[in-house]
Amino acid sequence: MNDGVNGVALAVFIFFFLAVTVMGFLAARWRKAENEHSLDEWGLGGRSFGTWVTWFLLGGDLYTAYTFVAVPAAIYAAGAAGFFAVPYTILVYPLIFTFLPRLWSVSHKHGYVTTSDFVRGRFGSKGLSLAVAVTGLLATMPYIALQLVGIQAVLDVMGVGGGENTNWFIKDLPLLIAFGVLAAYTYSSGLRAPALIAFVKDTLIYIVIAVAIIYIPIKLGGFDEIFTAANEKYTAAKAGGLVPPEAGQWTYATLALGSALALFMYPHSITATLSSRSREVIRRNTTILPLYSLMLGLLALLGFMAIAAGVKATNPQLAIPQLFEDMFPSWFAGVAFAAIGIGALVPAAIMSIAAANLFTRNIYKDFIKPDATPAQETKVSKLVSLLVKVGALVFVLTMDKTVAINFQLLGGIWILQTFPALVGGLFTRWFHRWALLAGWAVGMVYGTVAAYGVASPTQKHFGGSAKEIPGIGEIGYIGLTAFVLNVVVTVVLTFVLKAAKAPEGIDETRPEDYTADAGDPGVEVELPPATAGTSH
Amino acid sequence: MSDAPEVNRGLVTPVRVVIALCLVAPFVAMLWVGSYAKTDPEFAGIPFFYWYQMLWVLISTLLTMVAYKLWQRDQRARASQKGGAPE
Repeated sequence: MNDGVNGVALAVFIFFFLAVTVMGFLAARWRKAENEHSLDEWGLGGRSFGTWVTWFLLGGDLYTAYTFVAVPAAIYAAGAAGFFAVPYTILVYPLIFTFLPRLWSVSHKHGYVTTSDFVRGRFGSKGLSLAVAVTGLLATMPYIALQLVGIQAVLDVMGVGGGENTNWFIKDLPLLIAFGVLAAYTYSSGLRAPALIAFVKDTLIYIVIAVAIIYIPIKLGGFDEIFTAANEKYTAAKAGGLVPPEAGQWTYATLALGSALALFMYPHSITATLSSRSREVIRRNTTILPLYSLMLGLLALLGFMAIAAGVKATNPQLAIPQLFEDMFPSWFAGVAFAAIGIGALVPAAIMSIAAANLFTRNIYKDFIKPDATPAQETKVSKLVSLLVKVGALVFVLTMDKTVAINFQLLGGIWILQTFPALVGGLFTRWFHRWALLAGWAVGMVYGTVAAYGVASPTQKHFGGSAKEIPGIGEIGYIGLTAFVLNVVVTVVLTFVLKAAKAPEGIDETRPEDYTADAGDPGVEVELPPATAGTSH
Repeated sequence: MSDAPEVNRGLVTPVRVVIALCLVAPFVAMLWVGSYAKTDPEFAGIPFFYWYQMLWVLISTLLTMVAYKLWQRDQRARASQKGGAPE
């Protein structure tokens, strides 16, 4: 891909990036709160965001490198199989509709800020809360890794290092730059930066999407031509196709379902949800989300367009940036690259901050230093957000970057194992806390071992996220298989533990807490600070 | 979805069944991959497999909206029956 530096595109890209970075630093002063050293201020933007800022933030989570790079790349490489992202997002709405309002209510009634908080309050189990927190931290890392790969792809195509260069420094230069920018700007301004930047980013993204899905198909001679060209390529390569083959249908369905169940378990999704003003806002927002899915579907088709346009990328992740470079005038390619780059940067920042808050609140304060001062908490949070990014970097360096969608699926395998405790707990107190912990452990171990055992042409371990489902014989998403195993273990052990009269733990919530709304007695519209120490 | 159970009104009402159907339908449609894993009929040059799923984005939105409206009405009806106390 490294055919020299594209000067104009690079200049435009740098312009937007600088503008955004300056905004990021200025953001630290925007609507400044009384105490900038409190974790609440840095990690939750002071919680004073209105509905529309929250909404932009949620949008910022959705359009990520996953949408722009990973999904179209999967289509470019494998065809129909990569389109599972569309049914995945479709299945998300009924799920959100069903359980998020309950989570909102109980959280606002009891001042829960993380899923771990809720699990501890519901089941009276510090162990289970720790398991949820650790899983959240671990699963966020590969998801951030995916964003780093996205930024790297853009820099690579623009000719900033990368390519087939043998010098490791030049080869990994795009990745190192991506990491450096992300770390610097999250560290300095916390969640305020993403919120402000989300406006610039979303505007850029909408412009680029609109142009890409109208201009490119016209230039390529319509969808007929595009799909014919794509079909020819898959037939010639004897890999992939325009529809999933019989054998791939289980994989398709399980990937969609597993990803949908996993999405709202991630710490960053929960942060965004809990900051909305009332439970009704959540349900209302659900009905707007589909716009995102539709865009995702259209962007996914870019994978086919890249084939039709004759993009030859050995690394499929570079296909879309390369398509933009080939099709657009240089200056607009720069705009598109900036959209992808910033579009990866913002969610990565949000994710690492959410993970850091989770650590500080549910591990540092609960287990290491219960009497930490707010200043200490903020310091720890900032440090952990950096460590989470280092962890993400390790994933990028050790895993196969050419199938970036795998990063997100690996995170899904892990985070999905917290579903029974969280969603189960929202609806019933029947599950036993120890059974949930055992189910979680079984799911985590099975999922990790199974994923470890998947080889790909380029690496021996963690080469994919689908494997034969034991007992069914079809290939399915490992995360979903592990989840089913998790639930079975939880149910069986709950029966056993109940028969043995094992202590249930104290449930501090009451049934009516799950339906409370803003305005009801005891419901705080603004959640308390993430730290118990600050009270303003 | 379950709220304070009221014996006199019952937890399972026709409205709630409709809500449940609206929410379950996307799962059935999307997970039954065999029902749409084909290229024909095409629409504007796009194979069936793709436009059908994109169409479901809209259908699913519509169903979720219906579920939302019905649920709101259900809640209001229950609240007024209970004498003004919300939920």
